[in-house]
Amino acid sequence: MNRENPKNNGLDPKKNKGPMGMGHGPMSLMKGDKAKNFSGTMKKLAEYLGNYKVGTSIAILLAFLSTVFTIFGPKILGDTTTKVFQGAMSQMAGTDAGFDYSGIRNGILLALGLYLFSAALSFIQGWIMTGIAVDITYRLRKDISEKVNRLPLRYFDRVSHGEVLSRITNDVDTVNQTLSQSMAQIINSVVTVFGVLIMMFIISWQLTLIALLMIPLSLVLVQAIVKNSQKYFRQQQDTLGHVNGHIEEMFAGHTEVKAFNQESASISDFRQMNNTLYASAWKSQFLSGIIMPSMFFIGNLGYVAVVVFGGWLALRRLVQVGDIQAFVQYIRSFTQPITQLANISNVLQQTAAAAERVFEFLGEEEEIPESINPMAMPRATGKVEFSKVSFGYDPQKRIIHSFSDSILPGERVAIVGPTGAGKTTIVKLLMRYYDVDDGSIKIDDVDIRNLSRTDLRRQFAMVLQDTWLFNGTIFENIRYGDANATEEDVIRASKAAHADHFIRALPNGYNMVLNEETSNISTGQKQLLTIARAFLVNPPMLILDEATSSVDTHTEILIQKAMLDLMKNRTSFIIAHRLSTIRDADKILVMDEGNIVEQGTHEELLSRNGFYAGLYNSQFAVMR
Amino acid sequence: MIKLFPFIRKYYLMIALVIVLLFIQAMADLTLPDYLAKIVNYGIQPLEAQQSAGSVTVESQSNLVLNTGLMMLVLTLVSVTAAISVGLLSARVAAGVARDLRDSVFTRVLDFSSGEISQFSSASLITRATNDVTQLQTVTQMIMRMVFYAPIIGIGGFIKALNTAPSLLWVIILMAVIVLGVIISAFAIVLPKYKIIQQLLDKLNLVMRENLNGLFVVRAFNQQKHEEARFDQANKDLTKTTLFVSRVMVFLMPLMMFLMSATSLVVVWAGAQHVEAGQLQVGDMMAFMQYTMQIFMAFMFMAMMFFIIPRASVSAERIAEVLNTTPLINDPVNPRKFSDKSRARVEFRDVSFHYPDAEEDVLHNVSFTAEAGKTTAFIGTTGSGKSTVVSLIPRFYDLTKGEILINGVNIKDVNRSDLRDMIGYIPQKSNLFTGTIRSNLLFGDNEASEETILKASEIAQAADFINTAEEGLEMSISQGGGNVSGGQRQRLAIARALVKKAPILIFDDSFSALDFRTDAALRAALKDQLSGSTIFLVSQRVSTIKNSDQIIVLNEGKIIGKGTHSELLETNEIYRDIALSQLTPEELK
Repeated sequence: MNRENPKNNGLDPKKNKGPMGMGHGPMSLMKGDKAKNFSGTMKKLAEYLGNYKVGTSIAILLAFLSTVFTIFGPKILGDTTTKVFQGAMSQMAGTDAGFDYSGIRNGILLALGLYLFSAALSFIQGWIMTGIAVDITYRLRKDISEKVNRLPLRYFDRVSHGEVLSRITNDVDTVNQTLSQSMAQIINSVVTVFGVLIMMFIISWQLTLIALLMIPLSLVLVQAIVKNSQKYFRQQQDTLGHVNGHIEEMFAGHTEVKAFNQESASISDFRQMNNTLYASAWKSQFLSGIIMPSMFFIGNLGYVAVVVFGGWLALRRLVQVGDIQAFVQYIRSFTQPITQLANISNVLQQTAAAAERVFEFLGEEEEIPESINPMAMPRATGKVEFSKVSFGYDPQKRIIHSFSDSILPGERVAIVGPTGAGKTTIVKLLMRYYDVDDGSIKIDDVDIRNLSRTDLRRQFAMVLQDTWLFNGTIFENIRYGDANATEEDVIRASKAAHADHFIRALPNGYNMVLNEETSNISTGQKQLLTIARAFLVNPPMLILDEATSSVDTHTEILIQKAMLDLMKNRTSFIIAHRLSTIRDADKILVMDEGNIVEQGTHEELLSRNGFYAGLYNSQFAVMR
Repeated sequence: MIKLFPFIRKYYLMIALVIVLLFIQAMADLTLPDYLAKIVNYGIQPLEAQQSAGSVTVESQSNLVLNTGLMMLVLTLVSVTAAISVGLLSARVAAGVARDLRDSVFTRVLDFSSGEISQFSSASLITRATNDVTQLQTVTQMIMRMVFYAPIIGIGGFIKALNTAPSLLWVIILMAVIVLGVIISAFAIVLPKYKIIQQLLDKLNLVMRENLNGLFVVRAFNQQKHEEARFDQANKDLTKTTLFVSRVMVFLMPLMMFLMSATSLVVVWAGAQHVEAGQLQVGDMMAFMQYTMQIFMAFMFMAMMFFIIPRASVSAERIAEVLNTTPLINDPVNPRKFSDKSRARVEFRDVSFHYPDAEEDVLHNVSFTAEAGKTTAFIGTTGSGKSTVVSLIPRFYDLTKGEILINGVNIKDVNRSDLRDMIGYIPQKSNLFTGTIRSNLLFGDNEASEETILKASEIAQAADFINTAEEGLEMSISQGGGNVSGGQRQRLAIARALVKKAPILIFDDSFSALDFRTDAALRAALKDQLSGSTIFLVSQRVSTIKNSDQIIVLNEGKIIGKGTHSELLETNEIYRDIALSQLTPEELK
């Protein structure tokens, strides 16, 4: 029904991440993705986490403890090394102090215990956090899927399906990653930085001061690189967008490119863009690639400084040999958390942006709530009355002005008009996909707004030319209209729709599974299936959208017959393209540019010699 | 992956340089701990041990320490210089390989005929030229920076360790065995699950996409709950597998950290005994510990290969598939030329055709002649082959038997571009390109005059809405022509073909998006203005083709009727059936 404003249904390939979900590595430099309301979004995310207060608190505590325990490791190992060193010295010096084996063993066992304990804590922390993150991911996806069904269709006029899909996969995934990994990482990094600092101060304040020089140095360096590379990153993203856009267009329009001999022009355009992309790509890759070596370099500088200065101090018996070793290990474990901390704001920004898109979607205004005391409507007779209906998709721009008409049970209403005239609008109003701005629509004298949507829609069956079937068996697809239908009901409906015959000829018959693109049966057969679906529902009113697309003659005749049978004794609204249908209708609504410009029977309208007459005559004017 | 090797060949020198630089970097990194050992062994230890002897002083030893430190500084600088150069080279190689791949895929695809396009589907080709190439770029760089580095530093570390303390070598071997065992078993568990996760994610997407595409129907049948249940099932399956994989990974990280720390402890424990036995210096033990860390890191890097290589090889495979497909339709070696480019007489002689991957013919011995300046129409059921017939004229496909002649010249004997210069083609679903209305019309002929453009849009019934648009011909067109309606898009596509002023015009069911009124006006204009053109019309609508000079009725790939409307009404039953289902008896006349 939406064919008049085509939508991009595919996922945006540019937004797709790899299958492994390596969303944001430690070096993600892609900024640009900023949340509009960072703190507000984070607060909402925290609320979601709030449902797991106990788990989250335990996880945070465990991450903290696990890091603390690891931090003691090098110090203990260093002391043990000192004991080995002293043992060796005493041996050389020939004193009989000898090797303090029990001390060495105790030190090692203590360190081993600490490491093991810390690993266990970290594992439990991860176990809890992944559980929570996965649970939240599940809930967010579920919330989104339910939200989709509560949104007014108006919403989908401005948001493409691709966007919704991207929220449900990519954005939710980003949130999941942050919760399951980045949170522990952040705690770990912060605790490590402070814990290591404290340990270093305990060992030797002199060495610590030297080591501390690294921090501003590395922060400045990383910031400088990040800042520089961002420019190229943006450039790279932009040009990549252009190149991919060009590829998309040229491949999609392959036939045209060939038919109009535009291959060489297209290739030369492409080469130009591709070269620009190359230039920005290697620059941005290079700059982001040198962060690691640079941090490594600073780490090495620290290492050298500690070893040399430590050696110098050791000579003066101000530090122990084992302390130097411990320091070396501390410095090595220092660089990583600093890099991570430098990147945290990026990660958080990305998460906030993703979470914001999700929450924004969940917070969208929903369909106007049902009336509080809906009137029950078991089965309507099919009398429909429009009184002074006004409507516009854009509230500022009314397209239907004060339309009135009444339709008796069993009448056929043909809606006609040129392409793009908005022929589906009336139908959308009738089924309350949209609400009228003014006036009212009544079925059996009841304003449809006083009915529950379920009750209202139960009065209709729809057969659209964009047949909608899903990946499932033919049986399931027909039964879609009425979940309680028995096998006999389904077969009876298929027979009425002249579909039984071809279904039985298919491999597996009613149990044949339609593939994901539902391309394993023909267009005409699909239409027969949707007609069978309508027969099964057996409603008092019908909405038909006559097919213009190519269907072979035999099936075409079956469809026509089936539709005629279906229309018997039902009030029918037909978006008509076929002249015979139009002529046989009890009433014709003529639409142009969204508005209903004329209404009446074929003869009445012809004799009026207006828009409809023009439309009708133009069809044969040339022929004569 | 091997199939894409030629793309790397161009960069052999740079890659060799990368390996040399990585080697230098690794050596520098590995030598650093030696100096630590030197400081401890010859700097601190002698002083501690022999202070009483008085042969070494704090000052002399301090000098030794400082000099050693200077050497370390130099090594550090060498290392960082090498690392940055590696970064530069690998970035250039990776971006270069990506550029070359993209270029090859793009030019190859443009060379494809429609057969190859439909074999892959254009959506899939787009992913291959964009995502897959980007993926390979990232991977190339990672491989050069990490995967190359890992064995160098691993083997280097091993040799160093061997030289320093052969008696402790067993620690490294033990560590290597355990770490490898852990990594391999973890990936054996996780890797197949990743494939499943991808499938489950696709399923989740499918369910949601179906729901979104069927919003109207879902609500019409009040099946929201049913859709939610379907989604919930997919969501639950995905969640369960994701949780499993995450938890295996959660187990892996602390385990690796623990193994790394435990290795140092074992080194100190075993080392202490060797030190006591006088077989090992303390400084060497400390250096040894650093080597084990380096080797450990090498293993971690190599573990990343398990992640990277399977991902990359899928992408590489998909790209290689495109590059290994050679187009079936090519230009002749000694092309002929058309002598008359203003008129065209098209003759089909006994033409049979089957699609490249199909066995059965879709056209059987089709013969007819379209005289210059006449209109030939094709009608028939879906699958009768009417669109196929006209797609053979511009050689989108090559016929399998018989021949097609234009002005007496076999179309296989001329260059494809010369052939297509003779033809204005309007497909069933036409594509517009990003730009303006003008740029889209000029797509037909880059040198067309303003007059030609205006005339063409007039005939195509597009002038009206172009004039009502604020910017007129400069109105911008978004990708695929998404910002104009289907009917407008079709009219622009027709105008684009008319701009070309080709002697042959092919309308492949191109009127179906037009309403009857526009359809009629367009045909009248064509008749008035383009009487010299040879026109081919494919349509489902009898009213559209009824006035053609020649109507060809196709059924299952065979011509079952040929003649004018009135002739066929009399003689051809199938034609009469089709006509009757669309028009009333009086309209048939």
